[in-house]
Amino acid sequence: MSDTYTLYNPTVMEHFMNPRNMGDLKDADGIGEVGAAACGDIMKISVKIQDGRITDARFKTFGCGSAIASSSMATELIKGRTIEEAMNFSNQEVVDALGGLPPVKIHCSVLAEEALKAALEDYVKKHPESAKTQLAVTA
Amino acid sequence: MRQVYLDHQASTPVLPEVFDAMRPYFTEAFGNPSSLHQHGLRVRDALKTARRQMAALINAESEEEIFFTSDGTESSNLAIKGVAYANERRGRHLVVSATEHPSVMNSIEFLEKQGFTCTRVSVDSEGLIRLPELKAAITPQTTLVAVHHVNHDIGTIEPIAEVGRICAEAGVPLYVDCEASAGWLPIDVKAMGAALVSFSPHRFYGPKGVGVLYRHRKARIVSILHGGVQENGRRAGTENVPAIVGGGIAAEIALQEMSARIAHTFHLQQRLWKGLSEHVPYIKLNGPLPGPNRISTNLNLSTEFIEGEGQLLLCDLNGIAVASGSSCVSKSLKISHVLAAIGLDHALAQGNIIMTLGKDNTEEDIDYVVESFSKIATKLRGMSPMWEEFERGVIDSVIAPRGIGKSFSDHAADISGKPAR
Repeated sequence: MSDTYTLYNPTVMEHFMNPRNMGDLKDADGIGEVGAAACGDIMKISVKIQDGRITDARFKTFGCGSAIASSSMATELIKGRTIEEAMNFSNQEVVDALGGLPPVKIHCSVLAEEALKAALEDYVKKHPESAKTQLAVTA
Repeated sequence: MRQVYLDHQASTPVLPEVFDAMRPYFTEAFGNPSSLHQHGLRVRDALKTARRQMAALINAESEEEIFFTSDGTESSNLAIKGVAYANERRGRHLVVSATEHPSVMNSIEFLEKQGFTCTRVSVDSEGLIRLPELKAAITPQTTLVAVHHVNHDIGTIEPIAEVGRICAEAGVPLYVDCEASAGWLPIDVKAMGAALVSFSPHRFYGPKGVGVLYRHRKARIVSILHGGVQENGRRAGTENVPAIVGGGIAAEIALQEMSARIAHTFHLQQRLWKGLSEHVPYIKLNGPLPGPNRISTNLNLSTEFIEGEGQLLLCDLNGIAVASGSSCVSKSLKISHVLAAIGLDHALAQGNIIMTLGKDNTEEDIDYVVESFSKIATKLRGMSPMWEEFERGVIDSVIAPRGIGKSFSDHAADISGKPAR
């Protein structure tokens, strides 16, 4: 019995043990902090935005292994995306990129989506002109 | 890497003596104890010896009061449902402590759906049952009181002799779940005033697959498994002979070594708590301090600003096996009902870790755990927005409040839109 057994798949474990983009951003353009009413986990995502595009992202998470891995993966995925693209971000992308999460842990990826959107909303609130630009672009 | 097993409340390894004693009962002594030939009679005799060994562990009058089941859960189901159904015409009310094991709580809930009523007696902040409340809860319709000897999560030793006196005065049988204490604390069913007691050998170096139910000869009980007349008709189904034989040996050795095991684990328990409280800031011991009100094997900890599953995973990656009562660990996403019952702040309950010691843990193990756990807490705090917000004065500590910032729970409720359960 020399094998090592893990609670999550290797990708999730890797992101839990060596999380990407962990920390805070100095001079963040948008910060979102959300809590999961179901379990009590808390996730915070900070983003840096230039010319309507996410140039950098950081996270901090109070939560289980899959919550930490979800926020690590979410910050990886959204870098380089436009605000509009990021606004359409779905937790399923996190689940897929992590190679799946146990059913009871899917809400961790939802929390990552919510934290990201809260950060973008924070940015838009601080920069109302960005919303107009977005509209102009869309129109 | 050092491997430190600190989950003895979950299970323990089988002793070599126990394993040796079991082996022949898989191969040459394979008979069914209900058979009337040599093969059956031989194992029937072995069961009788095991019954005597179990009876000795809890100071029961006779081995005829010992019934074998498949595990602790079956024993508590039999104790609760068996007594409730047997006395249904006398009354349909039961009284339990609020911090009983899920096998007791969920048996009670099952009975409630069938029209039984139940009173859950509250506990204080250390998990000790409120005796006046217990006394007041008993009515003429009460047919059973269930209070465990030691709590499985926080290690509180309940004042069972006093509970037993209250039950005796009221003339109501008492069921004492001894799953968390058997083999680690002296048990005397007579001094307890217990009509029923359950325990499982796999908690004290015996095998899984066998549970024990002691029943005083005057306690009325009906079977909840229907079939043959094994176990005097109170538990149908072929007995797990090898496990019963092994469990008997484990009980005998536990009785012989009990004082040594208590002294050893008590020493380690104190060393572990002292080390953690000195090296990990903002850590809390849930339940009574090591001493007369706490079993020597258990430490239940809350490390503030970080969550329990992350702690458990990092402990495991460092070779340390622990448990947790955090919501993230439970499939229902709810914190342990025991932590809720002692009124622990939700944030602290989420940062919960349970370490349970055994006879083979060493001082070196403990020192390694203290060192590793301190690093784990620092690593997870570095990732936690709560730690940073605490450092910035946005939220306050529950364990050692500074009077700056709002509570974690208020903060969590603000950002999630509703309070965590």
